[in-house]
Amino acid sequence: MKELQDLTRKLLSDESVNVVIGYEAGPRGMRPAFITSPEQASNLVFNIHCVQNLATYLNPRRKQITQLGKAAVVVKGCDARAVAGMLREKQIERGNVVIIAVRCGGVLQNPETDSELTKETASVRCASCTVREPKLFDHIVGELPPEPPVNTHRVEQITALERMSSAERWNFWTEQLSRCIRCHACREACPMCFCVKCTAEKTQPQWIDPSATPFANRAWQTMRVLHQAGRCVDCLECERACPEHIPLGLLARYVADAVERRFDFTASDDPSVAAPIGVYRTDDDEEFIR
Amino acid sequence: MSNEVEHLVESQWSPKVVAFVCNWCTYTGADLAGTSRLKMEPNVRVIKLPCSSRVNPLFIIKAFERGADGVIVSGCHTGDCHYSTGNYHARRRFAILHDLLQFMGVEEDRVTFAWVSASEGNKWQQVVNETTARVKELGRFSVLQEHESGELR
Repeated sequence: MKELQDLTRKLLSDESVNVVIGYEAGPRGMRPAFITSPEQASNLVFNIHCVQNLATYLNPRRKQITQLGKAAVVVKGCDARAVAGMLREKQIERGNVVIIAVRCGGVLQNPETDSELTKETASVRCASCTVREPKLFDHIVGELPPEPPVNTHRVEQITALERMSSAERWNFWTEQLSRCIRCHACREACPMCFCVKCTAEKTQPQWIDPSATPFANRAWQTMRVLHQAGRCVDCLECERACPEHIPLGLLARYVADAVERRFDFTASDDPSVAAPIGVYRTDDDEEFIR
Repeated sequence: MSNEVEHLVESQWSPKVVAFVCNWCTYTGADLAGTSRLKMEPNVRVIKLPCSSRVNPLFIIKAFERGADGVIVSGCHTGDCHYSTGNYHARRRFAILHDLLQFMGVEEDRVTFAWVSASEGNKWQQVVNETTARVKELGRFSVLQEHESGELR
């Protein structure tokens, strides 16, 4: 913790950055903090409640943050993949951001609870983590904590869904998506959703009905998840942002698994590796094509 | 509608299938099937596009929204693309779409992906007839049922 605060103080006082985006204690657990003066640096913390993916604040679309000036951002391994994704897709320039990585031992699924990391409380996204110590950083802080307990809840849910019949799966998603109010919070929270104009808002032609009808909700999520194929970093911010608790992480994980199975690609924190959609191999799987 | 009329309408039901085909191979192949007077189910509506990679997954979603019961997506065999690599790119997108649609509960047989070359009139006939038969078996796309029952839009 002290290491992180000292580093922040140093970066801000020698003016190598104008703002450090990190975590501080708020009324409901940890919240994002935008530290602009060395005196505030002591607010910064990092612990198992720090679930937010702060990479999303580097998004050039977020003018209220980019106007603060050059940013340093505190990232966990999973968040570093989002920074890598933004670099890969030329949304940010490497020279314009300072990456402070923290070695991570997992976070909570529900950051508002005050529990220890256990098999039940650990975030499902930590279960498949391979980047507890990211390679993409300018500064790395902390000791590497022990591996987090593996929460297999999501994997089990996906397996259960796959075993169902088409009709049962259809009903499952109809029920889940019937709660969708089309607030598009899933998109706003996502570090990888940065189109200037989203297809969901296009009116000529109108691809997706903006009102919350069963079909439009399904079309919206299908499109959103397809656009994330091979780009999603599995930070689960979409699911956490959803006011209706729709299990969007299931869709994200399922597509990520499909991408891995078919194209042998997993989102990494190496921006030089091309994303799988946009490139091809002549021997790609085509068992589904007649 | 009275029950009898409803029953009559239901017994006459035949699926609507939309085919998104590439201009260079499948459309020509379908044309060949036509000029060869091959017998095909009349359920398929062909939409000609420049390339299979022009098929945005949203086209398929939109087709279902507008009342299609099945969709065919077809283009040149890999290696034969008029634009050299279009269908390689399309294949990757279709693979993910194929998996995701199933995961969300759309029956696999509703969406047929096929490579049909300009000389494969017979294969086009097969794709059309088999897809129509399978969609007929599956019945109406449930979204349409929801639309018609008036409970949901």
